[in-house]
Parts: sequence; C-alpha cells; structure tokens
Amino acid sequence: MKVPISWLSEHVDIPAGTTVEELDEAFVRLGFEVEEVLRAPVTTGPLVVSRVLGIEELTGFKKPIRFCQVDVGEDAPRGIVCGARNFAVDDLVVVALPGAVLPGGFAIAARTTYDHVSDGMICSVRELGIGEDHAGILVLGQDGFAPGTPAAGVLGLDDVVFDLEVTPDRGYAMSLRGIARDLAGALGVDWRDPAALTPPAWSGEPGWAVEVDDPARCDRFSMLAMEGLDPAAPSPWELRRRLAQCGIRSISLAVDVTNIVMLELGQPMHAFDRDTVTGPITVRRASAGERLTTLDGVDRALSTDDLLIADESGPIGLAGVMGGASTEIGASTTAVLLEAAHWEPAGIGRGVRRHKLPSEAAKRFERGTDPDVTVVALARAAALLAEHGGAHVVGAPVDLDVRRPRPAIALDAGRPGRIAGVAYPPSQVVEVLQAIGATVEGDGQQLQVTPPSWRGDLTDPADLVEEVVRYLGFDEIPSVLPTAPPGRGLTERQRRRRSIGRALADAGYVEAPSYPFVGEAQLDALGLPADDARRQLITLRNPLSEEAPAMRTTLLPGLLGTLARNLSRGQRDVAVFEHGAVFPGGPRTQAPVPGVDRRPDDEVLAALLGAVPEQPWHVGVVLAGNVEPRGWWGPGRPASWADAVQAARTVAAAAGVELTVRAGELAPWHPGRCAELLVGDGAEATVVGHAGELHPRVCAALDLPARTCAMELDVDALPAAPVAVGPHVSTFPPVLVDLALVVADAIPAADVEAALREGAGELLEVLRLFDVYTGAPVPAGSRSLAYALTLRAPDRTLTGEEANAARDAAIAVALERTGAVLRG
Amino acid sequence: MSGANDPYDPKQVAALSAEALDAAVHAATEAFAAAGDLEALAAVRPAHLGDRAPVLLARRELGALPPHARSDAGKRVNAARVAVTEAHAARLAVLEAERDARVLAEERVDVTLPWDRALHGARHPLTTLTDRISDVFVGMGYEIAEGPELEAEWLNFDALNTGPDHPARSLADTFFVAPEDSGLVLRTHTSPVQARTMLERRPPIYVVAPGRVYRTDELDATHTPVFHQVEGLAVDRGLTMAHLRGTLDHLARQLFGADALTRWRPHFFPFTEPSAEFDVWFPEHRDGPRWVEWGGCGMVNPRVLVACGIDPEEYTGFAFGMGIERALQFRSGVGDMRDIVEGDVRFTSAFGVEQ
Repeated sequence: MKVPISWLSEHVDIPAGTTVEELDEAFVRLGFEVEEVLRAPVTTGPLVVSRVLGIEELTGFKKPIRFCQVDVGEDAPRGIVCGARNFAVDDLVVVALPGAVLPGGFAIAARTTYDHVSDGMICSVRELGIGEDHAGILVLGQDGFAPGTPAAGVLGLDDVVFDLEVTPDRGYAMSLRGIARDLAGALGVDWRDPAALTPPAWSGEPGWAVEVDDPARCDRFSMLAMEGLDPAAPSPWELRRRLAQCGIRSISLAVDVTNIVMLELGQPMHAFDRDTVTGPITVRRASAGERLTTLDGVDRALSTDDLLIADESGPIGLAGVMGGASTEIGASTTAVLLEAAHWEPAGIGRGVRRHKLPSEAAKRFERGTDPDVTVVALARAAALLAEHGGAHVVGAPVDLDVRRPRPAIALDAGRPGRIAGVAYPPSQVVEVLQAIGATVEGDGQQLQVTPPSWRGDLTDPADLVEEVVRYLGFDEIPSVLPTAPPGRGLTERQRRRRSIGRALADAGYVEAPSYPFVGEAQLDALGLPADDARRQLITLRNPLSEEAPAMRTTLLPGLLGTLARNLSRGQRDVAVFEHGAVFPGGPRTQAPVPGVDRRPDDEVLAALLGAVPEQPWHVGVVLAGNVEPRGWWGPGRPASWADAVQAARTVAAAAGVELTVRAGELAPWHPGRCAELLVGDGAEATVVGHAGELHPRVCAALDLPARTCAMELDVDALPAAPVAVGPHVSTFPPVLVDLALVVADAIPAADVEAALREGAGELLEVLRLFDVYTGAPVPAGSRSLAYALTLRAPDRTLTGEEANAARDAAIAVALERTGAVLRG
Repeated sequence: MSGANDPYDPKQVAALSAEALDAAVHAATEAFAAAGDLEALAAVRPAHLGDRAPVLLARRELGALPPHARSDAGKRVNAARVAVTEAHAARLAVLEAERDARVLAEERVDVTLPWDRALHGARHPLTTLTDRISDVFVGMGYEIAEGPELEAEWLNFDALNTGPDHPARSLADTFFVAPEDSGLVLRTHTSPVQARTMLERRPPIYVVAPGRVYRTDELDATHTPVFHQVEGLAVDRGLTMAHLRGTLDHLARQLFGADALTRWRPHFFPFTEPSAEFDVWFPEHRDGPRWVEWGGCGMVNPRVLVACGIDPEEYTGFAFGMGIERALQFRSGVGDMRDIVEGDVRFTSAFGVEQ
C-alpha cells in the first residue's frame, strides 16, 4: 500500500516538523512494515506551470515540430520548440526554464534549434522523473493553476510516499482512510474520516435492475447509474498524480475515479459501460462450462465456485476480482453503472488463486472491506464524475443489503493486561477499543465489544487483546524470564544424533546437508533394480524441478551430488557425511481432516498421525581421493572400501552399539566390495546398512572417480545402547602370543576371529589381526592371517601351561569352524 | 710385599705411606682427566680402580700392620680410594653429559614440519548453531520436541488456525504431496510440532523444536526452498508477553552477546494473537552494531489451544520461531545463501567441529 504523505495530510493533522523518520517509526509501531520510502528524483532551477498561448507548426523538417508561445508567468511569453503534439492552445503545461536541471543531470539552456530560439523545455512526466510516460508532454488541464506557479508542489516533487506492507488481517489499512485513523491514534492528533459524508437523497426508481442469487457471498450490493458523461473529459492532474504515486495507471476519467475512491475509502468499485449491459444484472455462481473474457483480454474458463456479475448475455464480470471486456468503459462511453459491493473474503481469495489474478480490488476484498461504505463510495465517485466529467445520477441507487447484525464480543477488561503482562487500567482498555472504532458496553470490567464495520478481522477476544496491546505499544511490555519446570535434557535419540555427527567430523568427514529431492534418473544412475524398495517414492504435486519431483529414499544421491560439486570445484580428497530423514514410499492411508473447534478424538488423531509416513533418520558418507594425503612422510593413502566400513563402525561406536560386518551385495555398491552392516546376534541380527566401494558402472554413470566409496545406515534401526558395565582390571602380567593361520580365501576374517575368541575363552583380553599375507609359501587360494593374542587371568599370573592351553583351544576351534591350520 | 705376620713397622710398608697413596690418587686423577671420551675413561679405569689398582692393593697390606697402626693407615687408604672413585665419577658425569649433548643434538628434528596426515572434518554450522540454541533452552528446563518433515496438512495448517482458504495454503508457498487427496505436505514451518506437542501432552509445556522446513522458493542469494527454523512453545498458567520477551532477550544474549536484546513490531500470524516480528540488536555485526530482523512470535491463539484440547481460560501460551540460516548469515557474516546449502567443504570446514 503506497501512501503519499501529501494526501494523508489532508485527513490527519500531522504535526508540523514531523520527520520522515518519525513517521517511519510510527508506522512500524502500528504494525505496518515500511518497505520503501519513495521520493521523486531531484530537479533544481526554475520549473513552472505555464499556459500555451500559441502554436506555430514548423514544416520542412524530418518530423513535425511546433514552435509555441508560452506564458510562463512573466511579462512576455517565451518561445519554446516542442516535438510533442498532444496539447492545444490554452493547455497548462510544465516548463523547465533555462537554468533548470532535470533528473539525470539534464541541464536546460536557451538554444537555437529548428531555426528558432527555444527558451526552455515543455516537459513529459518521464523527463520530470515522476513516471514512464513519454508519448507526449504532461498536460495539467486548462485551469486550476496560474502561469508561473512553481511546479514542484503541483507535481508532488517534494512529496514523500511510504510503501507499507499491510498484513493479511488488516483489510481496513488498504486505504488512506484506515491508515489515517491508525496514524492519528499513534501520533495523538485529530483526523477527518473521508467516509463521513452523507450521500445525497437520490429519488426515483433504482437506476438498474439487480438480483443477488448468492447472499452468503455477497451480503451487500450497491449500484448507481449515471448519464451525460463527457467521454473526452480528462482526469484532473491531481487525480492522475495520486494514482501514479500509488502505483496505479491512469486509464480514463471513469476508471480513474473508481480507483481513487478505492484508495481513499478502501472500497473497490467497478464501472460498467451501461449501454453495453443487456438487461437486469444478476450476482450468481458460474455454471459449468461458462467462460468470461476479463479486462486483461484473457478468455477464462470459469469454475462453479466463481461468483459472477452477469446480465442476460452471460457473465460480464468476475465478482470482486476483475471486470469483463464486453462492458468495459470505452472512448465513447457516456453512461455508466457504478458498482460497490461487499464480498465474502475467502471466496475472493479462492478466485484470485484459481485465476492467478491478484488485482488491486481483490487484494482488498480478500482481506475484507467495510460493508458500511458501499453507498458512500458511490456518492463520492458520483460527485467526482459530476465535477470532472459532467455526468449526473439517474434514478436511485440499488442497495441490496442482507447483512446480519454483528455479534458483540465479550471481553474481560483485565484480559489484555493479563496477556501482555502489563497492568492496563480498564478505562484505558475501553478508550483504546473506542479509538479503533468499536462500540463498548458493560460495567467497565465485563465488556461487550462490537467491532466497527471495517474490522471484519476482529472476531475473538484475542483479536481485541491484540488491538489494545498494539495500540498501547509493544515497547511497554517488560522482559521477564519465566521459570520452566525441571526438564529431562536431551533424549537418548537426540544425544545419539549429536554424537554421531561429532564422531564423523572428528574422523575427518565434513557435514554436507543436501536438498532431499530426487528423481528416477538419479536412482537409475545408482543402478537400483526395478523392485528395489528405494524406488518406491513419495512424489510432490508441485516440485521445484521435474528432474527431482520426489523425496529421497536414500542419502546417496545427495551425497554423491555434493561430492561431484566439490570435485568439480577443484577438491581432490573429499570425505563428506550427511545425516537426516529419508522418506520411504509404499502404501499409505489418507490423512483425515478433522475440525478445529475441539481436540480430535483419539481414533481420528491416531488415524491422522498414522497417515504420516515413517521418516527414518539415516547417516551416510561418501569419500574419494586420499584419506591420508601425500606428504613428506610418503605417498598418500587412497580411500578404500575399508574406510567406508570404518565410518560405519565409528557411527556405531558413537551410538554405543556393536556392529557386525559380513559380505553383502546391494546396488550401488561393488558386488565384491560391499559390506552388510548388522546389529544383534544370530537369528536376531538385522541389516541396518551397507558400506564399501561403489560399483564401477555407478562411478562411470555419475562421472565420479573410480573406487569412490560410500556408506549408509539407518540410525533409527540401531538398538538403544546398553548401560556399559565396568570391566575388572587385572593387575597380573599378560602372556602375549602370536599365531598365524592359513585359511581359504572364501572364509571371512570375521569368522576366524570369532572362532579364535570362542576357543581362547575368558583368558583372552585382546585379539588383534596384525598381518594378512598371500603368496608363497601359502598355497594359492588361501591366505595367512596373523593374530596377536593378549592372555591374562583376573586373579593370578598365568602359567605357561595355561597360556598354551588357551592358545591351542583357540587354534582348535578355528580349525573346526573355518578349516584354518596353524602356519608352521 | 710382606707376609701377615711380618713384624714390620707400617712406615716401612711403602704402599701404605701417605706419599704413595697421594701419588696413586694423583696419578688416577691425571689419567681420568686425560681420558677424552667414555671409551678412554673405561680403558684407564682398571689401572686405578680395578683389582690391581694401587689403592686397592694398599688395602690388602693393612692386615700386615699391628692393630695400633691399622686405624690410621686404614683411614688414609679409604680416603684415597674415595678420592679416586669420586674423581672417576666426576669425569664420567662430564663425559656422559658431553656425549648426551652430542647425541641429542644429532637427533634434532624440524618440529615445524607439518603432520596433517588425517583429513579435517567439520560439522555444518547450521547443525552447531541449532545445537547451541537448543542448549540454551535445555539449560532453562525446556525439552527438545521433534516432528516429521513430511507432515499432515491438518497439523501444518488447520490446527494452527490457518483455514482451507488461507493464502499460505496455496500452491505458491507449499510443497504438496501427491496425490491431491494425500492430506500431506512438506511442513512450511516448525509450528506443527507445537500442535503435536499440545495434542500429546498436558501443560505445563516448555519445548523448542528445531528442524528443516520447506517453501517453494527458488534458490538464490537470499532464498532457499529448504531451510531450518527453531520453534519455541510454552504453555502454562499465567504466561504473558513479558515472559515471551524475557525468553527471547535471554536467547539473544546467549547468541549475540551480553548487550543483545530484542525489539518487536506488530505483525500477523494465524496461530498467534497478538503477533509480532522481532529484531535483535547485534553489537558485533560486521557492518557495525544494528537491529537485525530475526523471527516471529506471539501469544498462542486460543483457537489453536482449543483445537489441541487445551482450555484457553486456564492456560496461556507463547510461541516464537526464527530462521537458523538467517541467524547464521548475520552471526557469521555469510553473504550468500548458496554457500550455506551447496555443501562446499571449504565453507563448512571453516566452522570446525564445534562452532
């Protein structure tokens, strides 16, 4: 909402000397965000209103040129050459005299051109910096100003325009009237309501036949017929200037008048060319299949939810949103029907969104207008059209008013203070409510408050509380820290997520959250088979990109995208991680939509919560390049499948759970270099994720370095960490035993280790694989695994015999389980 | 050499004479001093301290003396032996120190050589800032509440007094889940966690809910379709806007320094009434101290309490929400939103593990 201060000052007694900054602060305190403070660009030097006295058409040049005699308020007229043709003798124009400097540093001097001395310049609005129109010069009309009048004030060059953001609840503030009321309250000064005018006592039959079929969506419809409009009558300059300042284009006198009344009173209006309206007007819903060409020239298919202004020919306007082209005011219009109605806001909003037509009228109707001022607005417009266009009212106005009385809101006068934490006296509460226009009854404590007609947003006691607190100022509210009851701290799950993030960061991974949107192509690149669960996607109706219309079911596409971006920016050694929700698809139930007048019952609530799909929290890493860089210590160590598996172990350790690893096979991993990550034992074991090297085809498809590695696991699938049990720390000396076993390549090291552990029994303190060897003399197809065992008893020094027995038992179980033989 | 029973006068036993002993001590001292290194010292040691060394041989002669003479001579011999031993020890210490100094000097390394053999990890600043904010509230007794990012439309809108015709529900802002009647959206704010919390438990409620939210904005320097908020909700008997201000001021001080405070501007949110937007005074702003727009807040709209089964006559509540990206932008001077979302390791690494 753009508000010229010159216009506002006509309604509010803004104290002299009030600065722009003070006004800015006042608006912000009222809840109107100041988006911009607009001022006309600077013009210096003599700029005067002048009258054209004579025009001499110059011929013989490439284009028609005029040499004009212009009264600039001096004893003798000046001669000025002008290329524009949109003016006549007696017109008032704006002349920049020699010495003036127009915006952009355009200095005016007397000069000879087209064989004449041009002693100044007749200006267009673009040259003056107050508009874009450059089709001709600015014509102010033929009277109203004396030649020689300084033009700055006339043009509004010294004016300031505030562009205010009006929140959706404050429809009344989409008008000079509403802003003036609030500002007067904030400044504590007098104001005059522009709606406080008494319409003339029109008599006779209503000027047109109108019927409202949908009173629920139109509880007041007012219309006035006028004839005798001079179609050539221009809009007066002041009206055009105000429209321009408010960002509205001047079109014709009739349309400009409806717009100026809308800006002033907040009541949008529409003007029909009466002679193009066929028969009685009906306000009704559109029928299926009906169409309407709106003023913007678009032929629109209508919904049965669209409310129309229709005549016998069919739709002639989309109610409250935009008029129709067939009844548009034209260059020959002499009779008009002025419409001012009150529309149900939600229906207007639906129409705006359906037709993507956020018109100035709809913006106001959608927020709610004042139903009391429809006829006032008609009277104001009629007066302007009579004054500037010679039109006169025909018959009486139509006024179909089926409004119900507004119920009063019960308010305890102490409530605003209890909500704000400030002790407002009840009398002050009453004063504020009266100041915003409400009628207040009651004993001073228990109030019955009837909000004013322009405040459709005030329906609840809480709305009144807000008005009181806002009016008295948020700055009055003190700062008091409440005391919350003792809390439980972070939950185990929250603590675990933090630990995992820290552990991976400590292990060298950089956290890189990515957008959780994916598309089929990304899953194809990962080589996921058609029946892979990760292909069951939840898709969006309105995705940002058609390439990624669904929610991720795995973190890998995002992580690999991040990896690729970093590599493309010149990084070579990259290890990144992400943890966050994934969104598995699959069968879903429809979420119910209960009412909001009470808590949904338990069954509905369960259905509602149950319709929201599970969104498990995953963690993933990807890495490429070296995990240890090349340095003076030697060559770098490239990232390998083992680093990815270790990342999973790091996660498990941070979560306080044990992870077991076995060979797995799952896209997108290399089938021979994929670890399956499990929790739990034996039959209870659950796969929680995978780690390893990516499939070479995946690296190729995504243009990633060969042997890129990745890990992903489901954090929510990890069991709760048991409370750790403190071990007995033996102070007796250990026995250290090394042994090497030859086992077939197909036997996983994990199996050998498990067998050794079981065989060695309770005396085993530490078991560590310290070498893996292949090649002679180990036979082909086998490898040698060398282990270091630390044996120790809790209560005694082990004897050689005991240690040997434990060692031999370990070897025996390994042989039995895995066929491992002791290497001689 | 004399036999044990030879009736010799001690003065006649040459080896026990003071002169002889002095000479032995002197000779030993000279020899030790002349030893240039530990090997040389070791080589001369037997001659002066070995079994056949003069001071030790002299000791054997003591038995030949009559008892009355033994005491004197014994003292002389002992003193001589101690003197030789000490002379050796002193020289040994000197030579060992010389050797140590030489060897350790030879073992000198360049301690400025880099040893960054491990990659440097980091947590994303959105994560660490979220944790920091959460911790401030946990310290006040609040709990951290959670809710899903893919959320029931009813919880994201209806329950928060945002009816079906509210502009925020249009396709312009919200990501809707297919099909049309799914009843699911990507949450547009963390506020549905308020509704979930109030539906799940009874007051008093003091929770904050950080999390990821979605709006259909294209990514540019100042917008991102996927961003993070932290939501706060308190519902209790007698809560006022003063308590809300106190809470926000406290958070501002914890994040932006002891001089930080908040300023409110009236605003509109369907789920709070009264509603305000708030700015924070940030003395450390890189462009100088200033007010910075931060978030929205207000008293929970009684309609929301009713929809969640809480009696608005008995309880009042306040709620607030702010953007984590925005806080990160001005707290850490991040000019371009894209740096926050693109996952460039150079950006995130600058923040370390615990910013």
